[in-house]
Amino acid sequence: MSSQPVAVVGIGQTHHKKRRADVSIAGLVREAAQRALEDANMDWGDIDAVVLGKAPDLFEGVMKPEMYLADALGATGKPMFRVHTAGSVGGSTGIVGSHLVESGRHKRVLSVAFEKQSEGNAQFALGGGKSGSIGAGGAFAPFIRAYIRRSGAPEDIGWKVAVKDRLNGAKNPYAHLKLADITIEKVKESPMMWDPLHFLESCPSSDGACAVVFTDEEGGKAASKPPAWVLATSMRSEPGWFAGRDAVDPRAAHDCSADIYKQVGVTNPREQIDCAELYVPFSWYEPMWLEAHDIAAPGEGWKMTDSGATALGGDFPVNMSGGVLSSNPIGASGLLRFAEAALQVRGLAGEHQVDGAKLAIAQAYGANAQFFAMWAVGSSLDPLGS
Amino acid sequence: MPRTENDIAIVGFAQSPMLRRSEHTEAEMMLPTVQGAIKMAGLNKEDIGFTVSGSCDYLSGRAFSFVANVDAYGAWPPISESHVEMDGAWALYEAFVHLLLGHVDTALAAGVGKNSNSDPTTLYTIEVDPYYLTPLGADPWSLAALQYRALLDAGKVTERDVAEVVARNLANAKDNINAQVSADLSVDEILAQPYVRNPLRKSDLPPVTDGCAAVVLARGKKAYDLCERPVWITGIDHRVEPHLPTLRRDLTVSESTRLAAEGAGVHNGPIDVAEIYAPFSFQELIIRESLGLSDDTVVNASGGAQGANPVMVTGLLRIIEAAKAIMEGGKNRALAHATSGPCLQQNLVCILEGDE
Repeated sequence: MSSQPVAVVGIGQTHHKKRRADVSIAGLVREAAQRALEDANMDWGDIDAVVLGKAPDLFEGVMKPEMYLADALGATGKPMFRVHTAGSVGGSTGIVGSHLVESGRHKRVLSVAFEKQSEGNAQFALGGGKSGSIGAGGAFAPFIRAYIRRSGAPEDIGWKVAVKDRLNGAKNPYAHLKLADITIEKVKESPMMWDPLHFLESCPSSDGACAVVFTDEEGGKAASKPPAWVLATSMRSEPGWFAGRDAVDPRAAHDCSADIYKQVGVTNPREQIDCAELYVPFSWYEPMWLEAHDIAAPGEGWKMTDSGATALGGDFPVNMSGGVLSSNPIGASGLLRFAEAALQVRGLAGEHQVDGAKLAIAQAYGANAQFFAMWAVGSSLDPLGS
Repeated sequence: MPRTENDIAIVGFAQSPMLRRSEHTEAEMMLPTVQGAIKMAGLNKEDIGFTVSGSCDYLSGRAFSFVANVDAYGAWPPISESHVEMDGAWALYEAFVHLLLGHVDTALAAGVGKNSNSDPTTLYTIEVDPYYLTPLGADPWSLAALQYRALLDAGKVTERDVAEVVARNLANAKDNINAQVSADLSVDEILAQPYVRNPLRKSDLPPVTDGCAAVVLARGKKAYDLCERPVWITGIDHRVEPHLPTLRRDLTVSESTRLAAEGAGVHNGPIDVAEIYAPFSFQELIIRESLGLSDDTVVNASGGAQGANPVMVTGLLRIIEAAKAIMEGGKNRALAHATSGPCLQQNLVCILEGDE
């Protein structure tokens, strides 16, 4: 077996915006990658291989854009790899990059994920490029309504998530939305998009990129800033249309987190994990994922939101970065979750830092809530002291 | 050399019929193919530790096209799975790396491409730089013709040399039951054809093909449990070059192929057979030179991409053909090559070996 310890030693992201008209796609990914290299105290020549992830090519209208981006990402003469696993792709891009180090294939790997949604029509692409499209909100709203009916959650839970994530986002210098004056009233009074989701309970459409530098154990120990150690990775998929599945509480979500917990030795996620970055593009997905990842008991996830447990100062902070609700360059959104979890255990999350975070998890999901990518990162290789 | 638990082998494979147009969806094409590869390895779907496929949304003509393909794996209970927007040869690379981690001992890699949905001269103009090249309508035929012209101008080959490659591949394809196109064409008949993009002729172009393929990999002792003659992947590497043809120092050589060949250990022993993915006939000569193959190596006995070119699968098919030469053909050391992008921008080299 050749499984080697992997460290995250560099993280970079762009300032996410509705439209980054100041840069090309190459400029956008390079901005994130350059910041990650600076964070890692490395130069382009130090990187052995590059992994690029993004959601459908139809978003920008460039087919297999990793080919066009090869030299912008310093990949000339190196291996360049392209991942696409729908909305979970940012997470998968981090996982595939980490595996190149974990397997001993390479010592230093750069994973980059992006979306420049202003170059195309995301709504058109999300609908498969054919119909007028119900969009992601229209696809997920029925699952959310079913969750509310099953759990008996009060209607203000979604509004509370929307406010909490935007207040976190206001502390994140890179976030797209900075809504420091958001209130429950404003969320409730914003236009109804897909019942029960209001406008302010929905993610924005962003231009942005995220980059992560991985090294082996030696590189992690020699890093100039504290590294984050990759303690577990997992991907799970299930069919999107199949009468035997529960789309509201997908089995793949349970299986994916169970795999992570097993690898790390977590037996009580809520107690042992310090914070989580979960892919919440629509407010209600916070309580839904807390349950699907067995952090809360079935039907109890909304109580964690309601009590403030998931706020920055709570006992289980979720989406400290502001989450997908504050920035959503779709292909990058998963890697942004993974990167924020790593920033937290490195102690480098600035104003949105969770004090003393030692073990964090990140999750991204995709398509019809059927693809899951997760990882656990720690401030050491044994954060639970087992 | 005795094999260890870090050694990974091909133990099963299958391919769909290669057709000018399939009336099936990608998932429908994949289902029997995936089942065929798993069955050949003597496994059930539940036994597969990791699954990864390669396909392309733009070939399918819709976003998230691979999502429906999960049905081909029977992904219930949920499976450990990934997808690359690359040829299935790169999916095999990801499966190979995943097995190296040591957590599971079997993996499935697949590729699927439904090329009949589109016109390549229109579609591939968006595979290049969107700001400078796409507006020019720089299609793959034109870019390939520029590369061919550079090769002729450098005096490295003649049009007759290239016509000989075409004649050999189309004749070889006659013996390949999976080939979509084959023919008996003389070199003079080929040279009499008009140019499509000077100096490219129609017979230099690959066919448009719908198809898919799947490979089952196993690690260490498991490979011997599943297969009488496992085909060991003793080297695999891939490299990329800049996208702008004008940034490439010399289009008549493939530097990325040379680097990948070196990384894969091509020169650690003689190569009995090589399967080269040359989307355009003359590119076989560039790749062959960059690989440093001797005249003793048999190249593209299958007919290569000229027999069938299901883009996103053709590279994986080269690996399957090379594996067949070892598993069924009694050869010992084979090379498979895959490529992607205009003018051979990205290349993968895989070395396969049987036990002596």
